[in-house]
Amino acid sequence: QASPTTSTKFGHYYDVSKTMSPELFQSIKCHSFYLPEELSSQPKMKSCNVNSAYTRLLQSIQRIIYQEGFDGSDPQKKQKNILRIGIQSLGSLLWGDDICSSDTPEDIHSLTKFLYVLRGLLRKSLSACIITVPAHLIQNKAIMERVTNLSDTVVGLESFIGSERETNPLYKDYHGLVHVHQIPRLNSLICDVSDTKDLAFRLKRKLFTIE
Amino acid sequence: QGKFTLLRDTRTDGSFLVHHFLSFYLRAGCKVCFVALLQSFSHYNIVAQKLGVSLSAAKERGQLVFLEGLKSCLDLLFGEEEEQSGQPSPLQFISESDSNLKALFDFVRTSLTPTGSDSWKGLVLLVDDLSVLLSLGATPVAVLDFVHYCRVVVCSQLKGNVVVLVHSNVDSEDEENELVVNSLCHHSDLILWVEGLATGFCKDVHGQMKIIRRVSLELAAEQDHVQIYQYKIQDKNVTFFARGLSAAVL
Repeated sequence: QASPTTSTKFGHYYDVSKTMSPELFQSIKCHSFYLPEELSSQPKMKSCNVNSAYTRLLQSIQRIIYQEGFDGSDPQKKQKNILRIGIQSLGSLLWGDDICSSDTPEDIHSLTKFLYVLRGLLRKSLSACIITVPAHLIQNKAIMERVTNLSDTVVGLESFIGSERETNPLYKDYHGLVHVHQIPRLNSLICDVSDTKDLAFRLKRKLFTIE
Repeated sequence: QGKFTLLRDTRTDGSFLVHHFLSFYLRAGCKVCFVALLQSFSHYNIVAQKLGVSLSAAKERGQLVFLEGLKSCLDLLFGEEEEQSGQPSPLQFISESDSNLKALFDFVRTSLTPTGSDSWKGLVLLVDDLSVLLSLGATPVAVLDFVHYCRVVVCSQLKGNVVVLVHSNVDSEDEENELVVNSLCHHSDLILWVEGLATGFCKDVHGQMKIIRRVSLELAAEQDHVQIYQYKIQDKNVTFFARGLSAAVL
């Protein structure tokens, strides 16, 4: 419904030089998952040859969805909110996965199995999840193709740092390119493809702009 | 009858073909076993309604057997032990060390084997999409075995049809997937190959579809018939036209 303009800006205002005000996040229920703390407890989930960090993460997410009523299982809990999940650096060594550090990973299917189960959890609950994956570290391109197929929306950020584009005058105002690899086609035959295909981003202390 | 159709997409999403075949066969009065691995039931239901078919109603009258892979996987991993004492989960291979797809095949066979009181016009197995099985740990051989067994039962014994969707990219590095896709191509009676345009994104032409009829499988000296159309997907249907003859161009 937005009328087309020559440049469409997507951006939210934040300030990384300041910490968030306590009132802002004290009113919302936040859950966190810190792997070193979780490693002490036993997973109750049936093992499916997925590495234990992923198993524990899935279990934690499933528990929160169930306990907070995001899956509609408890009609008493009038859930008017959506559970927003953020997962950082999935696939990296931080999660005990060696696909970023090895040409022949020990368990090539852990990440994709994790994503499949996560997809199931998201589909049956009121939740949305955003994941970052250090794709530049993953040697095995087949895994990235499978990860893309298992996701709804896939956006790539390509930084100019260290590449010849850094000195290209065309790109002097920007820090990198935005590649939209995939957009969801849910509940419909068609999908909403935008007209603009060449997108670049600019990252500042207070603003992340995509133009 | 007894045909194996392969739906293949490259650089684009071929799932509109799955929606088409699903509503087509249901409208034709066939019993359909739909192995839906990547999307929820409500997703297919909403699109099917736009195409004039109610999946819920079809399920209730026993015409549609729907395996919702995502839900089945969650039941397998988070379900209570008591619930699982009955039938083994069709996706059992995910939690086991050997990637044997027998449980999935048994599910298909049980769903489509006639019970005597049925009067369906035909039987169909529809799979969306086969490539996911590789992501879940199945080996290419296990996947091809599964397809083979399904063909024997559904196509040869029960004279039904099998329609399977796979993803493939020409410059893909997913060797396991390419192995499965190439093998399936050799054994398909009909291949519908959907590709994004080589010239890039276009608002009025979403892609092109190659229809390959494998006449060479039946008659040794014959060439396969290949037809190419371009298409545009709309909210409730898909329009096809000859190459270069899109209304936007003329």
